[in-house]
Amino acid sequence: MKPAPFSWHGPASVAEAVSLLAEVGHEGKVLAGGQSLVPVLAMRLASPAHLVDINKIADLAYVRTDADGVTVGALARHRDVERDVAAGAAQPLLAQALVNVAHPTIRNRGTTVGSLAHADPSGEMTCVLALTGGSVTAVSVRGERTIPAAEFFLGPLESALAPDELAISAYFPRAAPFSGSAFVELSRRHGDYALCGVGTVVTLDPDGAVVSVRCGYLSVSDTPLVLDLTQAWAAGPEEAAEVARAAVDPADDIHATAGYRRHLAGVLTGRSIERALARART
Amino acid sequence: MSGEETVADHGVESGDSVHLVPVTVNGLARSATVPARRTLSDYLRHDLQLTGTHVGCEHGVCGACTVLLDGRPVRSCLIFAVSVQGQEITTVEGLGQLDADGDPRSLSPVQRAFRDCHALQCGFCTPGFLTTITAGLAENPEPSREEAVEMIAGNLCRCTGYQNIVAAVLRAAELTKDPDAPNADDGHRHEGDR
Repeated sequence: MKPAPFSWHGPASVAEAVSLLAEVGHEGKVLAGGQSLVPVLAMRLASPAHLVDINKIADLAYVRTDADGVTVGALARHRDVERDVAAGAAQPLLAQALVNVAHPTIRNRGTTVGSLAHADPSGEMTCVLALTGGSVTAVSVRGERTIPAAEFFLGPLESALAPDELAISAYFPRAAPFSGSAFVELSRRHGDYALCGVGTVVTLDPDGAVVSVRCGYLSVSDTPLVLDLTQAWAAGPEEAAEVARAAVDPADDIHATAGYRRHLAGVLTGRSIERALARART
Repeated sequence: MSGEETVADHGVESGDSVHLVPVTVNGLARSATVPARRTLSDYLRHDLQLTGTHVGCEHGVCGACTVLLDGRPVRSCLIFAVSVQGQEITTVEGLGQLDADGDPRSLSPVQRAFRDCHALQCGFCTPGFLTTITAGLAENPEPSREEAVEMIAGNLCRCTGYQNIVAAVLRAAELTKDPDAPNADDGHRHEGDR
């Protein structure tokens, strides 16, 4: 359980970091919070020759909220995002999902942008980025680009980031007026990976009628799955659950069968929508 | 003890870069030169001889290696020592030490509470619990029982069944407020007993 040898680089600025990444290319990996990467290294599932550690780039440790939404810097720890009052008011789904990310001790170190770059389909924040229609901004020596959530997740543990790119921030749009959100998941142990999780955003019109029901799913597809269940929900909770069960594509593993995860997708869809609706109406 | 301890040849293989890692541990300036892949837990134990921090699973699940980094609990097995150059670390050794007279008040309130409530058996997980609860109570000095359970949810104990650890969280909160608060049943609290 010890990582293979590597060369460590501790850049003090984004410019220095991206020039290092350009130099080491495919041999390099970015280290932020390391709460997913270090176990991967310790189990030697990966053994990059170079780690570019961004923990000294203090400029990237921010959570900013403006009229459009919440921008999270690459060094903002999950716990900082979870507790940011302005961010919580602008996009409540952030904190609703974050409390499900491992335990507080892990959230003290792990970063929200790092978990997006890790692109784990069981990651809560990948689901939130997809469901809210957010984006990730990446920088390299070639320049800067902003990648919409729909184009960011390519497969399990595979993001659209090129080896020489550093994800410097993630953007989560502000919740719409008359909307409510919820995040529910089921795991075998407190703080463990979800067997299935569902995030929901419900939007009402000013008279309280449901105009939109959208759900995001984790642990039941290769990339974050987002479903528009507006019509299905109008036909009733069982119809929404049925659409969810038909849309997910879970796999068997030692934690649960695909059938059980599919079943959970249906059950948690109903729970998540009910909870989001209740919040939208208050 | 302070100054630089150099053990650069300890576990260095080709491909390793080697770095000087100065830190403040329990208020003292310490430093050692270590390979990049040295985890903070191994750095504390092997290079600084602070063996109070225990290493259980080495992949962030068990919580035994929890230390405070700039006051916040973190898994020291999931952080490379080189990443925390210049930062402040508190290990279980920094919480309190039983003095020569054996006066329990020389221990920290959390340590005393563990003693009062029999919150440990083999003791392997205890350093991680003590650091986690110390930080937890600093944030929430009056936890409910439910909040006490939540506070320790990221730490595994294979002996106690947790009941006495939960009791110790509540007792520690009591002792933090009043170091002379009487112990409800004379140091033998068995909340799990029927």
